[in-house]
Amino acid sequence: MDRILFGDNQFFGVNHMSEEKARQQLIRFQPLDAILDVLQSALKAGVRGFSCTTHDRMADVAAAVRADPAKWDGFYFCPGMPYAHKYANAVTEHGYFDALKQVLPNEGVVGAIMRGGKALVTRDVETLITMLVDAEMKMFAGLPTPIVFLQNVVTDLVLGLGYYDAFRIFAEHVKTKYNAEAGFFTMNLPMLLPALESVGVTNPIVCANVNKVGFRMSGGIDGYRHALEQRPARVIAMSVLASGAIPAREAIEWVTGEPYVKSILFGASSAGNIRSTVELIHEYDAKRGAAAPQLERAG
Amino acid sequence: MQVKTAVVGLGKMGVSHLSIANAIPSLDVVAACDSSAILGQMVGKYTGIVCDTDFEKVLATPDLGAVVIATPTRLHERMIGAALDRGLHVFAEKPLTLSGEASEALAARAEAARLVAQVGFHYRFVGTFREAKRLLDAGAIGRVTHIMAEAYGPVVLKPSNKTWRSSAQEGGGCLYDYAAHPLNLMNWYFGQPTDCAGAILANPLSAEVDDAVYATMRFGSGVTGQLSVNWSDDSVRKMTTRVSIWGDKGKIYADRQELQLHCNGAPPEGYNKGWTVKYITELTEPVSFYLRGEEYSAQLEAFGAAILDGRPVENSFRSAAETDRTIEMIRAASAGERVAGAPVEPVRTRSRGRFFGLGR
Repeated sequence: MDRILFGDNQFFGVNHMSEEKARQQLIRFQPLDAILDVLQSALKAGVRGFSCTTHDRMADVAAAVRADPAKWDGFYFCPGMPYAHKYANAVTEHGYFDALKQVLPNEGVVGAIMRGGKALVTRDVETLITMLVDAEMKMFAGLPTPIVFLQNVVTDLVLGLGYYDAFRIFAEHVKTKYNAEAGFFTMNLPMLLPALESVGVTNPIVCANVNKVGFRMSGGIDGYRHALEQRPARVIAMSVLASGAIPAREAIEWVTGEPYVKSILFGASSAGNIRSTVELIHEYDAKRGAAAPQLERAG
Repeated sequence: MQVKTAVVGLGKMGVSHLSIANAIPSLDVVAACDSSAILGQMVGKYTGIVCDTDFEKVLATPDLGAVVIATPTRLHERMIGAALDRGLHVFAEKPLTLSGEASEALAARAEAARLVAQVGFHYRFVGTFREAKRLLDAGAIGRVTHIMAEAYGPVVLKPSNKTWRSSAQEGGGCLYDYAAHPLNLMNWYFGQPTDCAGAILANPLSAEVDDAVYATMRFGSGVTGQLSVNWSDDSVRKMTTRVSIWGDKGKIYADRQELQLHCNGAPPEGYNKGWTVKYITELTEPVSFYLRGEEYSAQLEAFGAAILDGRPVENSFRSAAETDRTIEMIRAASAGERVAGAPVEPVRTRSRGRFFGLGR
């Protein structure tokens, strides 16, 4: 696993600080080239892995990368699914089953479930989950996707409901069909780790907020440390700057000192910001010396 | 100690409540209820929570202490009444009912029985909107003159009339579903309006219900208010709610992400003279379990705390009834009627033609 991954929030105007800034970003990244330029800057700064949602917009990015392999040598996607708003809006408008039918129009199993003529068996639900994954993965056909993430809204919903087996189904399917490792975005890391372990997903890749102010770290910083002493996991830290609430240097210094953090996921809109963040991470990793080689092995 | 809880209605909000209630320490979900047997079967099979289509049977679950009701609004009055009759604490989705009178009656019943009765107006648990309330109560912008409350989102983007949200009889439509939230914030800040001077319910897309609501209101102490809500706005990713509040000593702006205070009097502690911006990152209290936003967990944690520790209830039925009354005032005004709130001075209006510069 690479030490640094690049995120996509900035491209969609997802910004936890200001709606106005979010809209400005959305406007700026309306042309596809604006997105591709930033991704090129990341690649040139040595950040090869791109963690992105399965928003329609990313299909265009994937197509551009597919069309010019030389330009994107070494670049890879870590898709995070589903793009939840698409489903949430569909459910509000159509209800669960009609929404499913919209997403999977050609799959008979949805109709069969709706007609109720068929007893619902575990296999059906497994089939549904895997079909939904496949629908989301279509846009990445032929591209390297070494990690496939479940978005936190789904991970945490399922975690709260207690349907842990869904995590196993997801992990097994991305392994067998895409030769990928499953990753789990979550806002509830200390609660998630035992749930994953209970269904046999061990040493999981978990992407969660890790920041000095404990913003959106359910269970708190101590809860994270304790949970990770109990159960090893490959933690990817996101929201490291807590959306700008922490100055970059201070944020990076702190997060690189958390021993369980294997990778850092960040987003930025300019080549300058990408370079400076990457340099900061390298600077503090180098200072910590002993920690860095250990991290390399973690991959 | 945990409160044994049932979740009734497993739509989008119900499933979200089920997940959160099941995860937070103060509540223990022991039963669920939904009219769809297939859904109930799936919930039972995959979460281990017993789910039944029979509401009365669910209410009779042994040792049940509380119920979360997230069914279509039309069903609230009867279901909440039945739950209160059994001495259960109730958390209900918003709006409380389709009638201010019915909501007030439920509030009275809950109060008489000393039951915790809360409504899911989650914006009161968003750090920025809470801070706005704190600043208003502290007089940070002096005497308040006007509030503009807005909400926009991409719910109905093409003609559609499929679910209960598209039927006004069931409590669908932008006014009940979307506008209720900013209205509830207005009620929180300034109480129930005395008067709705004019309202428009527009329905460019939905066959039966409104897709947009625009209204002008007056509150006590001379505060005027405007509401602008549209659920067919696809320029935003998800529901976007904001309030702007003017006073004689400054202005407050708040949305889900940030709070801005412009203060030209003595600034409150932690604020400057002139502009101060505070972000949700510093205004958010941590929750024990996070799903979709701290506010959804915080409101259920508060519900549990009110039951277990006797903490005061935020978003009581009584306060939600104010919002239902306000919704009635807006509906009446849009139909050309006027529902009186508190007594008000006569409204002086200019003729339409002159106002818009279209006359003669």
